[in-house]
Amino acid sequence: MDITQAQYTNVLGTDVKASVKATIDGQVMYVPLDLFNRHYAEILRQVEAGELTIEEAD
Amino acid sequence: MALSKIRSDSLEDTAIHGNRNLTINGAMQIFQRATAATAATGYSTADRWWIGETTDGAYTSEKSTDNPFETGSSLKLQVTTADTSLGTTQVARFFQRIEGQNLQHLLYGTSSAKTLTLSFWVKSNKTGTYSILLRKVDTTPYHFIHSYTISNANTWEKKVITITPTAGSTSFITASAGTIDNDNDYGFELAFNLAQGSQYAIGTSNTWSSDTNTYGLNGQVNWMDSTSNNFYLTEVQLEVGSEPTPFEHEDYSTTLRKCQRYYFRTTGSSTGYGNLATVSRIGNTLYRGIVEFPVTMRSRPSFSSSGSFQTLDSGFTFSSISGGDGASFDSHGVQVTMTSNGSAGQSTLLRQAADASAALIYDAEL
Repeated sequence: MDITQAQYTNVLGTDVKASVKATIDGQVMYVPLDLFNRHYAEILRQVEAGELTIEEAD
Repeated sequence: MALSKIRSDSLEDTAIHGNRNLTINGAMQIFQRATAATAATGYSTADRWWIGETTDGAYTSEKSTDNPFETGSSLKLQVTTADTSLGTTQVARFFQRIEGQNLQHLLYGTSSAKTLTLSFWVKSNKTGTYSILLRKVDTTPYHFIHSYTISNANTWEKKVITITPTAGSTSFITASAGTIDNDNDYGFELAFNLAQGSQYAIGTSNTWSSDTNTYGLNGQVNWMDSTSNNFYLTEVQLEVGSEPTPFEHEDYSTTLRKCQRYYFRTTGSSTGYGNLATVSRIGNTLYRGIVEFPVTMRSRPSFSSSGSFQTLDSGFTFSSISGGDGASFDSHGVQVTMTSNGSAGQSTLLRQAADASAALIYDAEL
């Protein structure tokens, strides 16, 4: 899974993290923070391996 | 005539009951993503089937009308770039993962673990010995390899493989480490091996192994070795029992619903202007709507969109579409956010913009 960009999004009007907006295999995706979601699991794996950084929300 | 007695064998395991097939889309009917794809690795064509390779070659996948009964469909794979000399870790394979909570009746991890039977129809121009892998991933991972032979080129052949919990005189599956977690993650991975590098082609047929490098059969063919090579597969059925039963044909909508638990894309309209959601203004430039899923998805899905969209009211300026703010990410529905300049409280429709393929996509695959 090729992930080239990742940034948190927040619940509207709050600082609560809601999802990760990521470019995965060339496709922009909004990935829920759910360990059973395969995209989120891969994002966490790449972060743990030092291969990816998740930017804070705008 | 009134029924005065229910035959006891109709209630027993010896009778053929419905919902036997542990795999989904074994008849290769459902292709929500695309009916053909080039060398992409991942979920690209047939629903529920992950297709890919790591060789120096490439192959395509597509829905084919070629099948053993000339009435259905099959998955066709075709080598487009050959690799005649595999690296040690290079593989070509495709698989389906099965939710652990759908496998609890197999009683894995106990002395009562059930025997399984895998049956399928296969055809290829390349004869020889192939293999399947059944990978049990929870607790302690165990890998089961079994060979099968394609004997006659370009001829449909039915294959039957029995998977006993003690295959190879092992006790992995009947001990507690054989347990499959009762959750919505995957408990099985059923793979069809097309080519396996030497690091992984170490399995012995009809044997469970605790070596997690065991992905393929020692001595199996390298299907990737020629651009002439094709591979057709259909009527895949994995079921409890030591004998295969006839393939369980489902109506199209039943299989589609099963697939949509893992992947759902809105279908829109062939006119190119299909309505996708009703959205209402909730902020200065924010509109949101709910897209109800046909079935509860396996997990909170990832959201993406493909194609061109617009709002029905031409006075609105459509700018972007996103997956909502996450509070809506659940397995029952998701909000769509877009930027526009409507009036407070105003509602409109999100629809395709002269693009019949435009879709909202929800992915909860394993």
